[in-house]
Amino acid sequence: MEIGLNHFLIVSAILFTIGVCGIFINRKSIINILLSIEILLLAININLVAFSAFMNDIVGQIFVMFVLTVAAAESGVGLAILVVYYRSRGNIDVEQANLMKE
Amino acid sequence: MMDILKLIVFLPLFGSLFAALFRKSQLVTTAGIGISAVLSWYVFLTFSENYHLSLFPLFSLSVLKVNWAISVDALSSLMLIVITTVSLVVHLYSIGYMEHDKGKSRFFSYLSLFTFCMIVLVVSDNFVQLFFGWEGVGLCSYLLIGFWFQKYSANNAAIKAFVVNRVGDFALLIGIFLIYYTFHSLKFTEVFDTADLLGAQNIRAFCCEFKIIHIICILLFIGCMGKSAQLGLHVWLPDAMEGPTPVSALIHAATMVTAGIFLIAKCSPLFELSNVARELIVIVGALTAFFAATVAITQNDIKKIIAYSTCSQLGYMFMACGLSAYNVAIFHLMTHAFFKALLFLGAGNVIHAMHHEQNIQKMGNCWKKIPCTYTLMWIGSLALSGIFPFAGFYSKDLIIEHAYSADSFAFVVSLIVAFFTAFYSWRLLLLVFHSQKQSKINIHEAPKIMLIPLLMLAFGSVFSGIWGANILNITSNAFWKSSLVVVGEHGAHNFFIKLLPTLASLSGIALAYLIYHYQKFKQIKSKFLLKFLQNKWYFDEVYDFVVIAPIRLISRLLWKFDVKAIDSFGPGGIVRLVNECSKSSIKLQTGYIFDYALIMFVTLIIGALYIIWN
Repeated sequence: MEIGLNHFLIVSAILFTIGVCGIFINRKSIINILLSIEILLLAININLVAFSAFMNDIVGQIFVMFVLTVAAAESGVGLAILVVYYRSRGNIDVEQANLMKE
Repeated sequence: MMDILKLIVFLPLFGSLFAALFRKSQLVTTAGIGISAVLSWYVFLTFSENYHLSLFPLFSLSVLKVNWAISVDALSSLMLIVITTVSLVVHLYSIGYMEHDKGKSRFFSYLSLFTFCMIVLVVSDNFVQLFFGWEGVGLCSYLLIGFWFQKYSANNAAIKAFVVNRVGDFALLIGIFLIYYTFHSLKFTEVFDTADLLGAQNIRAFCCEFKIIHIICILLFIGCMGKSAQLGLHVWLPDAMEGPTPVSALIHAATMVTAGIFLIAKCSPLFELSNVARELIVIVGALTAFFAATVAITQNDIKKIIAYSTCSQLGYMFMACGLSAYNVAIFHLMTHAFFKALLFLGAGNVIHAMHHEQNIQKMGNCWKKIPCTYTLMWIGSLALSGIFPFAGFYSKDLIIEHAYSADSFAFVVSLIVAFFTAFYSWRLLLLVFHSQKQSKINIHEAPKIMLIPLLMLAFGSVFSGIWGANILNITSNAFWKSSLVVVGEHGAHNFFIKLLPTLASLSGIALAYLIYHYQKFKQIKSKFLLKFLQNKWYFDEVYDFVVIAPIRLISRLLWKFDVKAIDSFGPGGIVRLVNECSKSSIKLQTGYIFDYALIMFVTLIIGALYIIWN
């Protein structure tokens, strides 16, 4: 069986769904949300790389580099916020992070 | 001359505005009324022809033009001197009486405004301006009865006066509409000129045919009943005594309550055409005179006695109107204005001396301490009872003589009322000044400012009768210059008839002396009658039961309906809907980040699908 574009896209879709569900269903810790976001970005990256390879267009792969950089920066900032949040609240439960309601 | 008339009318208005704007302005206001009074006397004494002056249009439609006018004929000029003179006296008196009252300038403002409205009423040349003045005096009466608005009873009395007057005013308004419908004009002269032609038409109402002139006259008379406190609509007058005493003297004795008499005299050409209405007037007037006189006998509040006496004298005047003796009615109006204002202001002095005690059973034995007031009250009572040289003698005797030649029912009633009048006047005098009870409080004579103006009224009470009957020749058409209808001068009756009213009054006085001075007939047997009279023939109770209770019931039902149905589905329903919506939409905002993410994601998908399919 030859591995074609569809397989890559299906993997990426599965990963994306896992990421989204990770955000919704996760009721525990904010770190899980950050991880889920990383998975989402990876799923997109797989998409980009697959299309770039199959269309012989290098732009997609260059774009992936950018996305990875931004993702790294984003998780760095996210974790930094998380640390500050933990210092002030003493936990990182999503269930208790509903100050916006008040 | 036109400028003088303008001054007479507008000086009181100016005084009223001045008093409303500036403090300590009673001297200016009083001076305004004073000038107005002097000019009125000048106009009256030099009166030779009718003056007519249109100031500006009140409203002007294609079919109906009504002018704001100053129109003075003999009747108006006589009314002008009565109004302005009594008003001047009351203003002067109030300077003393209201000296320590906080709302002094408000009081003077209302008083002058009242005078203005009353003058506007008597100088009008059409029904609309008359109605304006009519409502204006009603408003001022309301304001002045409720002048001490911190008193609950005064507020109630003011509202009662206003509401009862509405009943009469409603009839008056319908009468004016009918007059326009019939005569296509609202000017007095035009209406009277065409009265006998157009008034004979028939009108259908409730499937019966009526002559329209009867309906108009009866409606006008009902209007007058409200304003002049005739039987049925009289209930507000005794309660109106909650106001300050000068107000009672000016409004509820001398001027406003006589507006009804003035209206009937003014419309005498109409009333002459309607014998039905005149008979009704005689009956109502006679009943009122009798009713009020009997009630006055048993009252204990000094002001209420005089109020019922006013009511009774107004009944006399209406009786005279109904007997076509309009000139005599106006003559009695004039003399009555003098002596009744005198009595009221005298009563004010007594109340002042007794430290605001109004119950005559608690007064007594004070005539030596307040001799001036005592003398003035004597003069007023003599004039009221119609003892020979005093004013009431001339006017009242004329009414009774007219009654003798026209209507035996009215004649008998007027004699009985004359007897009662003298009786309650002397009951008041004896109980207030002579009764044996020694009152503890130190009694002091009123200050000069409250006595000297009364001399003017006393002078009027003594001499206005002689003056009117012998010098002005008030019974003849020559004096009135056809400003009202004078029906044939009646012939002289025999001496006995002339003597009868005086005899009735004297026997009333004698009876009062027997009962209250020499303490004869101590026990009055008929307790029921006494109670019946003390409760004013149960008029208030009957009205309570017949009118007020059903209205209250209906209002309560409507209120319930309003609250339960209209409010809860209307404004209340909308409020509740908004409340429910926001309560449920509040649930959207959970504060959990994953919920927001879900919503964002779902929206994103929906948006993406939308874009794809388009």
